[in-house]
Amino acid sequence: MKRELLFVLPSPFRDEFRIQGFRFGSGQKSIAIVGAMRGDELQQQFICSQLVSTLQDLEEKGDIAAGHEILVIPSVNPFAMNIGKRFWAMDNTDINRMFPGYSLGETTQRIAAALFEQIQGYRFGVQMSSYYLPGDYIPHVRMMHTGYEDIELAQGFGLQYTLLRTPRPFDTTTLNYNWQIWETQAFSVCSGHTGVIDTESAVDTVSAVLRFMSLHGIIHCRTHPGYFSEVLREEDLITVKARRAGILYCMCKPDDSVRRDQILARVLDPYDGSVRWEVRAPADGTVFFIHDKTLVLENSMLFRIIPS
Amino acid sequence: MIKTVISTELPVDEHLLIRKNSISGGSGKKRICLVTGTHGDELEGQYVCYRIAQILQSNLADLDGTVDIYPALNPLGIDSITRGIPNFDLDMNRIFPGDPMGSMAENTAHSIIEELRGADLVIDIHSSNIFLYEVPQVRINQLNADSLVPLASMLNLDFLWVHEAATVLEATLAYSLNSLDTPTLVVEMGVGMRITQSYGEQLVSGILNLMRHMGVWKGAVPELEERHTILSTTGTVDFINASASGVFIPLIEHSNHAEAGQVIGRIVDPLHGTVLQDVKLERPGFVFTIRAYPVVYEGSLLARVFREDNA
Repeated sequence: MKRELLFVLPSPFRDEFRIQGFRFGSGQKSIAIVGAMRGDELQQQFICSQLVSTLQDLEEKGDIAAGHEILVIPSVNPFAMNIGKRFWAMDNTDINRMFPGYSLGETTQRIAAALFEQIQGYRFGVQMSSYYLPGDYIPHVRMMHTGYEDIELAQGFGLQYTLLRTPRPFDTTTLNYNWQIWETQAFSVCSGHTGVIDTESAVDTVSAVLRFMSLHGIIHCRTHPGYFSEVLREEDLITVKARRAGILYCMCKPDDSVRRDQILARVLDPYDGSVRWEVRAPADGTVFFIHDKTLVLENSMLFRIIPS
Repeated sequence: MIKTVISTELPVDEHLLIRKNSISGGSGKKRICLVTGTHGDELEGQYVCYRIAQILQSNLADLDGTVDIYPALNPLGIDSITRGIPNFDLDMNRIFPGDPMGSMAENTAHSIIEELRGADLVIDIHSSNIFLYEVPQVRINQLNADSLVPLASMLNLDFLWVHEAATVLEATLAYSLNSLDTPTLVVEMGVGMRITQSYGEQLVSGILNLMRHMGVWKGAVPELEERHTILSTTGTVDFINASASGVFIPLIEHSNHAEAGQVIGRIVDPLHGTVLQDVKLERPGFVFTIRAYPVVYEGSLLARVFREDNA
């Protein structure tokens, strides 16, 4: 393993801002893995740290396949994580809305450009990503539908679901989208949580990445075969929104099977505890996403259901 | 007449309310909308809304049509000094045209579009952010330049920037409305969290001038210093970014012409008492943006300078 300083930025008042990379093996650029890009992506960073540890063990045993190089970058935004912010601390911009970056541009454009330069040219690109809505969800692989995506490859992670997203204008500045446009097969691995570390789900995600690398001959590692990943289109998920605001009392969790009309949650009046609205399943299916905030606003997205 | 156009229930005994003041006069059918407060840290538009409402309500006989004034598209953001939408960490001006089936923020964006579409003109007033000071200017996507530049020219502002199309900007309010054939001008002026009264008066005068041209206003237009509006298509816009991280000290006022070689600001190191960078212009030009917030990192935008092609 080679630990490398990939990017340094002086700060006026803090320590230097640094992006560190961990390189394993040598040869063709096979896979780059990027962890926390936002300060609250603790789970994503933890998974990368576990990958670094596991790959180190594999390397010591000679199980990184000859001719393959692996790059792991656990954090792109330690400055935000260290002070409990989600975005770039100075101006609240999101590094994951700055790709492909611009080396002469604004600070976060420069960070994105420096990162992108380091991770270009890899055959596979994996971003440990948080979901764009606050909540818990079934771990899955997400791909942008750009015309360059290869869904069968994504199924190689062996996670339960592969979610295909049709990009919206703001997606065109994300890492995943730009990686694909620059001819890296890019995947976002969403491991179920943001802001906390869930070790069980982290272990599953590490296994999924090892499985993928093993499948493509990048490492020699025996892994559980995983799931036959079902492909979902984001637009096929059924959205359940809050018709009323209040305290959310949730009665299900991700991956629960539910029947049509089953009560999923209750929205309670925060003054007298009365039930303002019973949230019922609109169809038979599986709970894919649940809102995890105690308070809900009217029209908030509470659940996304995979219809049976 | 004050109308609530969007009301969304919040958890504890409150509604998110987006309101407008709809002022009508005469028999004219044209409708002009003034919108602002999409970003909760931009307040320059508040003064303009106040002044236009005040002038129109005191001179209804001179109005021939409807002017709808929306001071706060993001009322929770304005009230909490939050640029985006509180609870969502979202830039509201990156989620248009919204989605009636989407989250609360996307749903609200959709309702705003439905509310504004069909107007004869929408003026969307922004005030940069807390980091940059902008001269009063109109920004127009080059896709709409032919139809919007003539309208924008009547606003009596200092600069008219026709910028390139970018996919990410397709999610703005202005892009969405212009795509729906609702002409929309984006005004940028001043700085976040402050009101620059002179800029506000300049824009008020420009709006009344434009209304008069559209046949919606028969009253007086306050006379201000006559100015030559610079059109960006006659030259080039240069971006000047910081080469060092430190504290920026501006050495010129914004809205200034600067010479080649002129030092427009310095980045200094307060700990060591040294100058890290003299920020010089390579070529002469009109500084229409200047850094307002002193702390900078490498890459922070310090200035935008317009340079005429033959300069």
